[in-house]
Amino acid sequence: MASRAQPIGLVRWLGGGAAALVLMLALGTLGAVFLHAEGPGGLGPADWAALRFTLLQATLSAALSVGLAVPLARALARWRFPGRRLLIILMGAPFILPVIVAVLGLLAVFGRGGVLNDVLGRAGFEPVSIYGLPGVLLAHVFFNLPLATRLLLQGWQAIPAERFRLAATLGFSTRDVFRWLEWPMLRAILPGAFMVIFLICLTSFAVVLALGGGPRATTIELAIYQAFRFDFDLSKAAQLATLQFAIGAAVAAVALNFATETAFGPGLDRPVLRFDAARVWLRAVDGAMILAAAIFLLAPLSAVVIAGLGQITTLPAPVWHAAARSVAVALASTAITIALALPLALLVASPGQRRGWHSRVMQPIGYLSLAASPLVIGTGLFIILFPITDPVALALPVTAVVNAVMSLPFALRILTPAIADAEADFGRLANSLGLAGLARLRLLTLPRIRAPLGFAAGLAAALSMGDLGVVALFAPLDGATLPLQLYRLMAAYRMESAAGAALLLLMLSFALFWLFDKGGRFRAHA
Amino acid sequence: MKKISILAAGFLALAATASAETPVLTVYTYDSFVSEWGPGPAVEKAFEKECGCDLQFVGAGDGAALLARLRLEGVHTKADIALGLDTNLTAAAAESGLFAPLPAPRPTLDLPVAWNDPLFQPYDWGYFAFVYDRTKIPTPPTSFRELADSDLKIVIQDPRSSTPGLGLLLWVKKAHGEAAREIWEGLADNIVTVTKGWSEAYGMFLEGEADMVLSYTTSPAYHLIAENDDTKAAAQFTEGHYMQIEVAGKIAGTDQPELADRFLAFMASDRFQEIIPTTNWMYPARLPVSGLPRGFESLIRPDTALLYPPEEAAQIRHKALSEWQAALSR
Repeated sequence: MASRAQPIGLVRWLGGGAAALVLMLALGTLGAVFLHAEGPGGLGPADWAALRFTLLQATLSAALSVGLAVPLARALARWRFPGRRLLIILMGAPFILPVIVAVLGLLAVFGRGGVLNDVLGRAGFEPVSIYGLPGVLLAHVFFNLPLATRLLLQGWQAIPAERFRLAATLGFSTRDVFRWLEWPMLRAILPGAFMVIFLICLTSFAVVLALGGGPRATTIELAIYQAFRFDFDLSKAAQLATLQFAIGAAVAAVALNFATETAFGPGLDRPVLRFDAARVWLRAVDGAMILAAAIFLLAPLSAVVIAGLGQITTLPAPVWHAAARSVAVALASTAITIALALPLALLVASPGQRRGWHSRVMQPIGYLSLAASPLVIGTGLFIILFPITDPVALALPVTAVVNAVMSLPFALRILTPAIADAEADFGRLANSLGLAGLARLRLLTLPRIRAPLGFAAGLAAALSMGDLGVVALFAPLDGATLPLQLYRLMAAYRMESAAGAALLLLMLSFALFWLFDKGGRFRAHA
Repeated sequence: MKKISILAAGFLALAATASAETPVLTVYTYDSFVSEWGPGPAVEKAFEKECGCDLQFVGAGDGAALLARLRLEGVHTKADIALGLDTNLTAAAAESGLFAPLPAPRPTLDLPVAWNDPLFQPYDWGYFAFVYDRTKIPTPPTSFRELADSDLKIVIQDPRSSTPGLGLLLWVKKAHGEAAREIWEGLADNIVTVTKGWSEAYGMFLEGEADMVLSYTTSPAYHLIAENDDTKAAAQFTEGHYMQIEVAGKIAGTDQPELADRFLAFMASDRFQEIIPTTNWMYPARLPVSGLPRGFESLIRPDTALLYPPEEAAQIRHKALSEWQAALSR
């Protein structure tokens, strides 16, 4: 019997379990809605218009986010400056903000009464209106540029420093470096990053509506909402959700097939020195890129901070209780995300599996939850749980699990390439040493993926913190999470307290993200 | 080990006696009713003081989500009372067959319209209106046509996802009938955007994104009473204002029919009605002896109350929605 590269038996079981859980939450809930459905169903012209608009905005949003992330990530990869790490972490904040907070922050800068129009007005220019497709794209780039940048940056960091040294020895110009080192890396990373962001934008609805300027900006998710609450036509809601899955699956299939693999080989983990990018004009271009992105991403964030600053000390007690509850849910959710993602990623990235059936079947399953309608997941879960138990009593545990499954695609996107690289670079050495099972995981895999693991955990914690999630559908009376409490404050006209709660949410999400991300890097170069 | 099991047995016994002696009344309602800043906590305290029972609120999104949840649960629902539907939902709610007729003596109500629904009892009501800042708009528009002809920018809510959004849709339809589409076409260039819910729209208005926002005539009372800010006002329209009447009903399959009846009676009492104006920021369905809180006298009083009967509202909304979509999608 050949030596096992990984503790395959255990990993198979855990990975299979994780896949089953995702399937249950994403497709099982859809099935439950279908079975429970009454109502005529059937899609009309308005639904096909929604489909067209959804495809248009998701494609453009993903293309813009990824397209802008390439120069930004390159600038951040080849230029080290004090505060760089902090800037990278700070720029990630839009991704974890609750939608309503992010929209108000964006409008404080780009809105009709925002800073930008204020400045333009003083300079004697006509005011600009972002409402419509531009507003939708602006918001989606605001949300997703940081994620795209982090995913690409990880790709850059996976190119060993030795390759850049060799390139410098060979007298490579920036263009040569791009052609021989950066482009192959981008070919491997870009399709996956595009897919993830496309899927995020696919189910977006509150942002699209608020900045889209009217019913032209109707997405499939809004049509699902309408079918559910305006018509109570569950057949139609389920049909629309199926359509949404089909689009997600088609895009995922194309993207995952398009992605090539990199073969940079192992390095010694030395800090990367970019001899090719040391020229003054390149520095200027990179600097301008970083500055522009920082202003674009941090200005709306500053608006959120400024609005909440005066309020945070006077927040009512229920907000603090909700904050504690949210932190607990986020920590549980993070543990579940990692427990699901690690075996799945090991299974997908294990040697001999990269083009095998595990990869072909398991990888798409991992991304399923991104194309799922949150409303359908919540409703389906309710239909499944109601005959068995009281769904409201389970609201917080269910929220933790659903949030974990929602973070899973990001964790997989981050972990899978890192594990694949570790295997490609050191797998044969480990094999020759007979390193297998848990020992291999402990001595080879985990040390090699510490930083990505920390990043994945941090992202999962922050996403769970900021997500309204299914808790809103089950709404326990004294079990509100912080995002739900924020919405409740707004619904009670208390917009100022809500601004304070938003700042608290931002700070807690950040603290969690920073702790995990930092933990992953702690003594990483020792 | 033994100690623990004795303790556990004690707790179990305690829990058992508690549940045997204290009947539980389960009231399903919308989320903002049960929040710490809504009427829920005060109502719970007041009713428990006199009922010798445990009043449990269960929150579910908004009124439409509440009805959807009841329909999902069907006859197995644990709810004894559903509180928070409005007249746009009561036709569908009645059709579900989940509700029992109201108990006999019906309380007298102070509504601008007659009320004799056999299944649902109102607990508060309000008028939809466009709210503005009077320091910025000295002379607000007095009709939809004037609003459409002005340069004023408004934020509204989507009728497909929001209760006030649906209210506006029916307001325009009721006031203008066949001319509704023309009104929407006129308003198209005034509408900055359409939001998922009330909170987004109101937040955007307060941030200065629009001159007016669709809300209630009672909204300025919040700013006046809670914030000492008298700059917000509602614009009075000559067509009249569409009403929202919020109601509660008794679930037919309740295991606490007497307690449910007592709650419905309590709902019309002063103790309940006094809580409503400054927590739900709506008018009480029956005026308490103490009257309205100070500040409410400054609100506009529409001359005409507009309202579709429930069945008509259910029938007309699809037509009204397609007119709205067609006019605003161009």
